[in-house]
Amino acid sequence: MPEEGLRVRLRQRGPIALDAELVCARGELLALVGPSGSGKSTILRAIAGLLRISEGNITCDGETWFEASRRIHLNPRQRRIGIVFQHYALFPHLSALENVMEALLELPMPRRRSKAKDWLDRLHLHGLEDRKPARLSGGQQQRVAVARALAREPRALLLDEPFSAVDRSTREKLYEELAELRRDFSVPVVLVTHDLDEALMLADRMSILSQGRSLQTGLPFEVMTRPDTVHVAQLVGQKNIFRAGVIEHLPERGVTVIEWRGRRLDARLQAKFAPGSQVAWTIPRSHVLVHTPDRLSETDLENRVPGKVSEFVRLGENAALTIHIDDPTRPPLFVSVPLHLAQHYAIASGSEIVVSFLAEGIHLMPPDKALRRDGPIRAPEAD
Amino acid sequence: MMDWRALALSLELAAWTMFILFPVGVWLGRMLAWRQFRGKALAEALLALPLVLPPTVLGYYLLVAFGGASPVGQLYQRLFGHQLVFSFQGLLLASIIFNLPFSIQPMQRAFEAIAPEVRDAAECCGLSRWRALWRIELPLAWPGILSALVLTFAHTLGEFGVVLMVGGSIPGETKTIAISIYDRVQGFDVDSAAVMSATLLVISLAAIAITFLTTTKRETLPYA
Repeated sequence: MPEEGLRVRLRQRGPIALDAELVCARGELLALVGPSGSGKSTILRAIAGLLRISEGNITCDGETWFEASRRIHLNPRQRRIGIVFQHYALFPHLSALENVMEALLELPMPRRRSKAKDWLDRLHLHGLEDRKPARLSGGQQQRVAVARALAREPRALLLDEPFSAVDRSTREKLYEELAELRRDFSVPVVLVTHDLDEALMLADRMSILSQGRSLQTGLPFEVMTRPDTVHVAQLVGQKNIFRAGVIEHLPERGVTVIEWRGRRLDARLQAKFAPGSQVAWTIPRSHVLVHTPDRLSETDLENRVPGKVSEFVRLGENAALTIHIDDPTRPPLFVSVPLHLAQHYAIASGSEIVVSFLAEGIHLMPPDKALRRDGPIRAPEAD
Repeated sequence: MMDWRALALSLELAAWTMFILFPVGVWLGRMLAWRQFRGKALAEALLALPLVLPPTVLGYYLLVAFGGASPVGQLYQRLFGHQLVFSFQGLLLASIIFNLPFSIQPMQRAFEAIAPEVRDAAECCGLSRWRALWRIELPLAWPGILSALVLTFAHTLGEFGVVLMVGGSIPGETKTIAISIYDRVQGFDVDSAAVMSATLLVISLAAIAITFLTTTKRETLPYA
C-alpha cells in the first residue's frame, strides 16, 4: 500500500543549509514555524518544486516527486500542488475570475468559467469576479489566491505566510474560513508561519525550524509546553527557563523532585533524567499561579515560592509581571495575569507575592551551555 | 520633392528590423532579466556597445565583418549569389545589430519588473511555458516591449552612419531617407530636404506618442 500524505527529507550544505525531515498526513495541517532565515520558506519551495535541493527525497501518496540520488525532480506542474504565496502573487492584469480560471486549464472553456465562478462563490467573493487584484482588499486577494490554489484540486496545499499581510480582524475571519475549507479536503496542508499563536490555532502538528533544521515536531501545545531542548523552548517564546538539579524520582506520586535555588520543587515525573544530574526547566505561563500572601487560600498550594514584583506593565487586558525570587540579581520570573485580577488583588510594582508552580507544568530539558547558572542569558531570536 | 523610394525603403527596413527584433528581444530580454550565467556582465556590455560606439566605427567593423573577404561575406555570396554588403539584406543585418540595445534593454527592464512570485504562481497553477509567456509575461511586460519596438523603429528611420558605411547609397536598395536628405542638402535642394526632414519628424513624434499613450493608459489600470 502506498504511503499516504507528504514525506519530505531534505539535506544540503549551501547556499541555504538544510537538514529537515517532515511528514504531513492527508487532511493534516502541519505548521513550519521558525524565525526569518530558519529555512521554512526554502522547504516549502522545495516541496512545490520551485527549488532543487542537493540531497533528499519528497514523496506524496507514494509517488516520488523528488529524489536526488535518482535525479528525479518533477516540476510544479507535474506535482500538482496548490500554493498561496505571502503576497498572493495574483496575476495583476487578470480579473479575479480569470485568475482562478488559469488554474483550470484542463477544463473546456465554458466549464472552466463556471467552475471558477463556483470557487469564488465558495470563498465569499460573489460579485467581485471582474475586479482586478488591485481593486480587491487584502483579505479578498487572499481568498482569490486560495480559490486559485484549490481549484486545481491539488495533491498538497502549501501556504507561505498567507496571513501576514492582512489586518488582525481579517486574519481571524480567514482563520475560520480556512478551518472550514479544510473539512472538505483531505490533502496534506503545509503552513509556513513565524506566528506561534497562528500555528497553535490552526495546526494539527507543528515543526520548529532553526537554521534549516527541523528541531522538534509534534502537537502544537505539546511542543510549546514540552520543548525537547532549551533552544526549542526559546524559539517557542518561553522566557522562564532555569537551571536545576534532579534530586529523586517518586513514581508512586508521579513526581520528579528537583532542587532550584535551594528549594525542592515537585515536577511531573520525568524519569529519563538521572538523579544528581543537571537539567534546565521551563514552565508555561498557564501553570504559574500568583497569590498575595494575605489572601492565600487554604488549599495546599503546589511548589510555593515567595517573590517580589519588580516590574508591572499593562499590556492590554493583561498585566506582565517581572518577579524576583530571592536574590534580585538572579534571573527573574515572567508572569502574565489578567489585569482585573491584578487590580483586584492590588498587585503593583514592589508587591510581595507568592508564586505557585504547578508540578504538571514543570518540564525538564537537558542543560544548555547558553544558560547561565540558573536562568537564561540569551533572548530568543527576534521575529 | 519627396524621395518616395527612399521613404518606402526606410519604412521597410524599420519594419523588418522591428519584426525580427521582437522575438529576439523577448528571448534575450527574458534571459538577461531572470537567468544568472557566467559571462552575463560581458554579454550585457557587448549588447550595450552600439549605444556608445560612433556609428561610423560600428559601420566600419560591420563592413569588414560582412565584406567579400570575410567568412560571413563569402558564405553569403556562395548561398545567394550576390554580396552581403551594399544590399538590403546586409543593411537589415546591420540595422538589427545596431538596434540590439534599443530593443533588448527596455524589454529586459520590463521582464525584471515582473515579480518572481507571479512567475512561480504561473508555474504552480499548471501553465505551460508558452501559456505563461503569452498569458502572463507578455501582457505584463507589454509597455516595455512596445516602447522597445517603437524606439527601434524610430531609430532605424534616422540612422545614418552605419547605413552609409554598410549600404552605400544605392537607390531602391540601400538609399534610406536619412541619406537622401543628406544628398539633397549636398545638392542645394534645401526644400526637398525640409519636406523629408519634416516627414521624419512627424513619423518619429507619432511613434513616441503611441508609446506614451499606450503606457499611460496602461498605468491607469490598476496593478497590484
